[in-house]
Amino acid sequence: MYDLYIYVLVMAGVTYLVRMLPLVLFRKPIKSRFLKSFLYYVPYACLAAMTVPAIFFSTDYTLSAAAGFIVALILAYKEQSLIKVALGACAAVFIVERILTLFL
Amino acid sequence: MSSFTEGSRLGIPIALGYFAVSFTFGIAAARGGISAWQAAFISLTNVTSAGQLAGLGIILASGSLWEMALSQFIINLRYSLMSLSISQKLSARTPLFHRFLMAFGMTDEIFAISAMQKNPLAPSFMYGAMALAIPGWVLGTWVGAMAGSLLPSYLMSALGVAIYGMFIAIIVPPAKRDPAVLTAVVLAMVLACLFHFLPLLNRVSGGFVIIICTILAAGLMAWLMPIEEEPDDV
Repeated sequence: MYDLYIYVLVMAGVTYLVRMLPLVLFRKPIKSRFLKSFLYYVPYACLAAMTVPAIFFSTDYTLSAAAGFIVALILAYKEQSLIKVALGACAAVFIVERILTLFL
Repeated sequence: MSSFTEGSRLGIPIALGYFAVSFTFGIAAARGGISAWQAAFISLTNVTSAGQLAGLGIILASGSLWEMALSQFIINLRYSLMSLSISQKLSARTPLFHRFLMAFGMTDEIFAISAMQKNPLAPSFMYGAMALAIPGWVLGTWVGAMAGSLLPSYLMSALGVAIYGMFIAIIVPPAKRDPAVLTAVVLAMVLACLFHFLPLLNRVSGGFVIIICTILAAGLMAWLMPIEEEPDDV
């Protein structure tokens, strides 16, 4: 609808303002317990909402994506590094898709 | 050791991690038909993983600019808290131009190493970390997007899951330790599924779905299970 650079301008502008304004304007810490708690939960809620259900449509087959999801959950539960979890999920998708293509 | 050198030293592992994460963003951008240079430009101007992926989704869906602005505001709101915390660590005489420059590098990881420094925080410490972390972030994006346009489609399919794998790696360990985080995560996932699969709700566009789910899940949890008050010694 719009030019890509218009989107990027809005995106970068808002992101920068969110980072810059408190550093420039405020000198006092947040007192509200609700606001502090809200900001504590935001990153997790946001990443969770972006991951499910989107992960199931991120590959060529829902089944392979589900395999990647499960492997990522197991590796992350075992506290593996970000890179290992991501690569493990990719490997699971790759293997399941190779098996699927044998039958489809 | 100068604070710039110290920041650079701690910036090395951050740069390596960023390269890997932004590589997956580059792949996602290439899968959506965005060029490697455009993807690198997005990374250079934004330097934020979750915000960029949500923004990419809005660009690819031709969403509204209002939706873009609001989604970036909500998703990146946590940086305000970090900036607020860092503002307490600066010498009160730190000039404005330093505050403007430091703000650009306020990411989860750079905040984490900066918050560990003793008071007052020298702006050059953050510049040292930014000098490595931001090039790592931009370069990883470019390489990922290039790989994305060169690799065969069955490999791209497997790599398409990578960025979600990273997100899972970020949310699962704290969810394991804190039942309240686990509840927030499951709640947000259930809400996002409702918005995807239920009639009427599935007409709401992707950027707004993330905003609504984030506010509902985080807001509900903040109301039901507020975090423990800490002594004001940040």
